[in-house]
Amino acid sequence: MQAPNVSQIEEGLKSELRKKGIVVATLEDLYNWGRRSSIWPLQFGLACCAIEMIATACARYDIGRFGAELFRASPRQADLMIIAGTVTKKMAPQIVRLYNQMPEPKYVITMGACSIAGGPFIDGYNVLKGMDRFIPIDVHLPGCPPRPEALLWGLTQLQKKIDSQEIEKAEWYQKGLKREYPIPEFGPKGLIPKFNPEIWRPETASRRRERYGDPILTGKKTAAPQFETFGDTQTKVGTV
Amino acid sequence: MSVSASEKTYQAYDPVLHDTETLEVNLGPQHPSTHGVFRMNVKLEGERILSLKPVMGYLHRNHEQIAENMSYLGSMPYTDRLDYFNSMSNNFAYALAVEKLAKIEIPERGEYIRVIMAELTRLVNHVAAIGFLLNDLGAFFTPVLYAFREREKILDVFEETAGSRMMCNYFRFGGVKRDLPEGTLDRIKKIVQEFPPFLDEFEALLTKNEILCMRCQNVGVLPYELALNASITGPMARASGVNYDIRKVDGYSIYKRFKFQIPLGKVGDVYDRYMIRILEMRQSLKILEQAVKEIPAGPVLNPKYVAQAKAPRNFKPPKGEAYGRVEAPKGELGFYLVSDGSAQPWRYHVRAPSFINLTVLEDLCLGHKVADAVIILGSIDIVLGEVDH
Amino acid sequence: MNPQDVKAKLEAQFPAIEIKIVNQGLAIKPEDLRRVAEFLKESDEFKMNYLSCITAVDYLDSLESVYNLYSVDKRIGPIFLKVRVPRSNPKIPSLFDLYRGAEYQEREAYDMMGIVYEGHPDLRRIFMWEGFEGHPLRKDYIPEDEDVLEWQDVEWLERHGVKVPEEYKEFARQLKESGKEARAERPKAAAE
Repeated sequence: MQAPNVSQIEEGLKSELRKKGIVVATLEDLYNWGRRSSIWPLQFGLACCAIEMIATACARYDIGRFGAELFRASPRQADLMIIAGTVTKKMAPQIVRLYNQMPEPKYVITMGACSIAGGPFIDGYNVLKGMDRFIPIDVHLPGCPPRPEALLWGLTQLQKKIDSQEIEKAEWYQKGLKREYPIPEFGPKGLIPKFNPEIWRPETASRRRERYGDPILTGKKTAAPQFETFGDTQTKVGTV
Repeated sequence: MSVSASEKTYQAYDPVLHDTETLEVNLGPQHPSTHGVFRMNVKLEGERILSLKPVMGYLHRNHEQIAENMSYLGSMPYTDRLDYFNSMSNNFAYALAVEKLAKIEIPERGEYIRVIMAELTRLVNHVAAIGFLLNDLGAFFTPVLYAFREREKILDVFEETAGSRMMCNYFRFGGVKRDLPEGTLDRIKKIVQEFPPFLDEFEALLTKNEILCMRCQNVGVLPYELALNASITGPMARASGVNYDIRKVDGYSIYKRFKFQIPLGKVGDVYDRYMIRILEMRQSLKILEQAVKEIPAGPVLNPKYVAQAKAPRNFKPPKGEAYGRVEAPKGELGFYLVSDGSAQPWRYHVRAPSFINLTVLEDLCLGHKVADAVIILGSIDIVLGEVDH
Repeated sequence: MNPQDVKAKLEAQFPAIEIKIVNQGLAIKPEDLRRVAEFLKESDEFKMNYLSCITAVDYLDSLESVYNLYSVDKRIGPIFLKVRVPRSNPKIPSLFDLYRGAEYQEREAYDMMGIVYEGHPDLRRIFMWEGFEGHPLRKDYIPEDEDVLEWQDVEWLERHGVKVPEEYKEFARQLKESGKEARAERPKAAAE
């Protein structure tokens, strides 16, 4: 995915001209350089990873060096959505809605294990096992929580990806293209649909499931602890 | 009788000239001011709030269900993620609850280290809470930068001792996981020396600041009776005059040996809650000074339970129940455990202070403007990981 | 606070009451809950004006609600009150008008365990969304299997213009015909 930023102009010619004080670059170079040096993230922190995101924006780790210190409050003005924290099923429709409202070109970084695949809460009934079930993700950043340096590394990876995008093949210049995805709804047991097959498919043979089954099944224990107390009317008073 | 909550909407003041309509607005779940994914359904008339209904559950991560299928020690890293700002306090509360259940004793040095970590966590939390409150007031990010500068120094100490900046997973049943490394105690002493001048600088900029005073005084007043009735705890209750601090009442761990005071407020408005946090930070520094001087040498983990960390599923506390609570920086954090004698708990419940402190949000905000609702929420100091456990 | 002393004082106040001491707490019947709580709150001897925690516990054929009471003025506590109701008819009187702090905790107990508190002004779900079926923390709750598309998912996706691969459609059709629902599977160890 990361193509090196190879310029179309010969290196020798470039250095000759530079000695005379003339800098030559392709339009694509300049366009990508401008875009990747001023990515404006959306102010969107969900859980613990959000605190590391704030720490990255503070004085010690300073995301401002990379041009991204201006966190926007409105999705209409943002380029990048950093999904920092656990995505729950109750929150997932709002995230897809926010993604739809962002204008092109837009990028998504999932920060932390929870938004990549559920994280430590993977066994929960309300946890969405990965945000890439509904929207396409550009950079996955593992960690729990990833250190601020890790977030900066993820940002530089995204910058490399932007550098490698070609201006002629840019999707957003084609007429009528807008990446909007259908927003899931709440059903009686979970979300409808459970995932969007155009974006994500489950593994055909889940190794995790073969080895562990689905560990979270309340009902595994068959006997309740007995304390001498009032029971319900069907059993004797004194035992449960 | 209880303080009635029957008048749930504020009677709109008489619109003499205009024929106004009420507007229903959603503040959140994605909003710069809501401190996380929290939603408030607000009915407005102009800018005045007529009614406010909080909606939560956007971060409900099923911590209680996961803990019912996990060994006791295996739930310790999950307690870090409850109140993700102060992971050490959460560990402390859980360790206390299990130690009550299984009747485990803790060596001296372990107790001192626990108290030091708990008080450092209190410093971290209060300074960041004040920073975020000022963020809501409009001082966009500058106080947060100052606060996080100090926070980073304390997080360095946590990283040296426990291995991670935020999710420490440091406490074990019977003590703490490992001893303080070389030089950490000196680093803590340095923090204790350098924090008071920083607090003075912080206060000089903020306490008599005209904007803070005008916007925060007499806004969001919580009366004493309502605070008691609604089970409010922590700095929010003490700002209203409720003299209840679990460190003094229960005297858990070794808090009885330290001399410190409990600041109390009179009015119970946003300004009082801000001042209480500053004063509590100074008292925490006093405790830290005493603890760092008196800390003895010795083991940090009860020798009978050292092997437990290698085989957590062999730890089977006896059948019974226990409720363990601590004075977390946000209020009373309690864990209620029911054990059936096996390696997994039968029931595991978290009594989260932020969740219960939100009961009075509507009462505090009625009649104020939308901008005031934002700072009232900031002064309650919630963390969504706890509210939704 | 010794539970035996509390029991003695309550029995002196209410002659016909039945109380058992369970694990440092007092087990009482649901009908007695309100008068016991009122007495403990108003009497000068106890003055338990701080309700710290309400927990709902599932003991397979009954559900229990545990209340922790403390006193701020007299610095005594905790007193645990435990009330058990049968699973078929879980109704407990609400303590909302005595303690405002019971508002959100009772809603949480209703959402997670299904205990209905009579007298609560606004008993609806607090963490899960309206329309969610089931009470997740009960011991017989089985969550859904999230890696298979069921028939309503396939229909919804086609309505919104998403192409669904054939094998998923086939699987969903078979699932619908067999009448089963996609639920999480039991681990093999528990079946033995």
